[in-house]
Amino acid sequence: MPVPIVEKQPLIPGKTSKMVLEAPEIARHAKPGHFVMLRMSEHGERIPLTIADTDKEKGLITIVYLVLGKSTALLEALNPGDSILDVCGPLGRPTHIEKGGTVICVGGGTGIAAMHHIAKGHHLAGNKVVAIIGARSKDLLLFEKELSLFADELLISTDDGSYGHKGLVTELLKGKLDGDEPILEVVAVGPVPMMAAVSDLTRGYGVKTTVSLNPIMVDGIGMCGACRVTVDGKTRFACVDGPEFDGHKVDFAELRLRLGAFRAQEQQSMEAYRSTAVNG
Amino acid sequence: MDKTTPKKRKDRTAMPCQPANVRSHNFDEVALGYTLENALDEASRCLHCKKPLCVEGCPVCVPIPEFIKAVKEQNLEEAYRLLKTANALPAVCGRVCPQENQCEGRCILGRKGEPVAIGRLERFVADTHIAKSACEQQTGTNACSTRVQGLSVACVGSGPSSLSCAGYCASHGLKVHIYEALHEPGGVLVYGIPSFRLPKDVVHSEVSALQELGVEVHLNCVAGRTVQISELLQKHDAVFIGVGAGLPKFLGVPGENLVGVFSANEYLTRINLGRAYKFPEYDTPAFHGKIVTVFGAGNVAMDAARTALRMGAEEVHVCYRRTRAEMPARHEEVEHAEEEGVIFDMLVNPLSFKGDANQRLERVVLQRMELGEPDESGRRRPVAVQGSEFEMKTDLAIVALGTRSNPILLEATEDLEKNKWGYIVVNEETCETSIPNVYAGGDIVTGAATVILAAGAGRRAGMSICERLLGAK
Repeated sequence: MPVPIVEKQPLIPGKTSKMVLEAPEIARHAKPGHFVMLRMSEHGERIPLTIADTDKEKGLITIVYLVLGKSTALLEALNPGDSILDVCGPLGRPTHIEKGGTVICVGGGTGIAAMHHIAKGHHLAGNKVVAIIGARSKDLLLFEKELSLFADELLISTDDGSYGHKGLVTELLKGKLDGDEPILEVVAVGPVPMMAAVSDLTRGYGVKTTVSLNPIMVDGIGMCGACRVTVDGKTRFACVDGPEFDGHKVDFAELRLRLGAFRAQEQQSMEAYRSTAVNG
Repeated sequence: MDKTTPKKRKDRTAMPCQPANVRSHNFDEVALGYTLENALDEASRCLHCKKPLCVEGCPVCVPIPEFIKAVKEQNLEEAYRLLKTANALPAVCGRVCPQENQCEGRCILGRKGEPVAIGRLERFVADTHIAKSACEQQTGTNACSTRVQGLSVACVGSGPSSLSCAGYCASHGLKVHIYEALHEPGGVLVYGIPSFRLPKDVVHSEVSALQELGVEVHLNCVAGRTVQISELLQKHDAVFIGVGAGLPKFLGVPGENLVGVFSANEYLTRINLGRAYKFPEYDTPAFHGKIVTVFGAGNVAMDAARTALRMGAEEVHVCYRRTRAEMPARHEEVEHAEEEGVIFDMLVNPLSFKGDANQRLERVVLQRMELGEPDESGRRRPVAVQGSEFEMKTDLAIVALGTRSNPILLEATEDLEKNKWGYIVVNEETCETSIPNVYAGGDIVTGAATVILAAGAGRRAGMSICERLLGAK
């Protein structure tokens, strides 16, 4: 059954939007860390997106996406009242939430939305949540308001210094790690280089670090191994064994290479879509 | 019987096929199917044995001599009715069953000549009738009108075992709901078996026939995630688990995660389910290789190799560590692959994959093998030849080593008893699991096997469910 879109809110105009979908079964079973697979049209491909929030009573889930290629462009073309052809989930293992301590949640880019759901889970479990979010500039920052509702501390950085700390999220994270407060866990969600940098930094402090990986997926239910990653020298499937793994054990260089496997076709597909969109 | 029937021909009636040089460039079905004339010709070879061994060889006990007799009499409706009394998916099974090891392997004519082409006749009858009224097709009677009120069955998965269970239950008047994780029903019939062996509209027709019987199909529903077995048990009177064994095995050698190395499941899912052979008309991309190597020697390896040829590969190698004689693939598939130009490299074993500067697959390091003493399975064990390592250029490697049990449903259903390989334990006769009213069948019980064995298990489970819910028959 197609899943209706009940709300759409542009976060970064033309680039990133938030959508609220009416999917009661998914909402009922979804936990922080879970994701969905979506397909926009009969000719479409399946893409994974993290569940950024749920409203179990109303049967709603929230997704946030960055318009990067044809599939996300097709999604961006939809509006409240429209439906998404296929939405499958919740998928993956939920976040492991340990109680009793301070958890630092680091988010970058669209990953902030996914991090938000995890941070909320830690907050509801009674942990102290320090949220650190970063973007290139102020206008590219997401979910500041949402996070401010429950984060005990919210630190912001921008590359160009247009808002908050001028620099990288890892610099803010270092400040916290150098402080006196004991840290139970660091969670990082965002671009691969950011998750790798966070993991490199925390390794020196011996602080447990969880990252949510974003490899290419096809089915999202463990059937194909497209999403395989190397963790601690072993091959794991992100869709059934993850997507969250110990950041100190992930082979980020391999993940980055595998993410580029279909770059040429992705560009071809996007260009064909743009030219038909322009020419009617 | 006609007393004047001349001595039976030793050879079966040939199946019209697309020529190899044409078909290796398209995704259309290779075997074109019998004409009525071909079918009558072939049906006339059947001796209608009193004690038919062919039926014993069929996992679902199709009444073979009877349906062939009906073909001979040109009463195709009766032939179809007889097929459907035993098999929910005759158009599929007639195409993909390894008949040489089943019905045809037992045919008495096979002792001195070629066995009756039972699979081709089954396919002919099913294809001829596929557009007919679904209720009649499915049940052979008017059973649709006798729906039992208030009783329902959940079938988890929509591959051959679930479709078969659903067909049996629905034709006995039970309301059936199928829960499928992907966006298209059919399981391996749509994501695994390529259209040149099994056209997708054949699968869709079989599913539509079930829907006509009142079977409801819920797509995008992952049991163990979107819905739990315990919830299905509250909503329905019985649950059948037919989720297959979809998790692919890898070789576990260095370099296996380089860009360019794929599981056969991923390669085939992209092309079959995602229709990547029509990219960019369809959005799912496939990976293209000039020199493709496929590891494994089962039907999935043949499917992957033949698909790679159709995707434009210049050279396709099937690498196997034993010899041609031990290959588990159907003879017909191996022959078709060879005719199309697939190269068979026997007695080689991959040691590692190597990439170029960008970490894209460039070479595979192989080792020669020789056959040693027989192992537990009775097959001679391959042993590495010392110092025989060599490299072969390849830019797309496809690993087709089989599958293991998928943990999603099993981990979420703790009280379901599993064996040490992670497959569900069932009562062999009833197919009931350790949870009362929950049945299971197909690859999730046996490990990867064939379409017809899965369909047979689904039918057995359907019979148990009907007996439990509707009383002894």
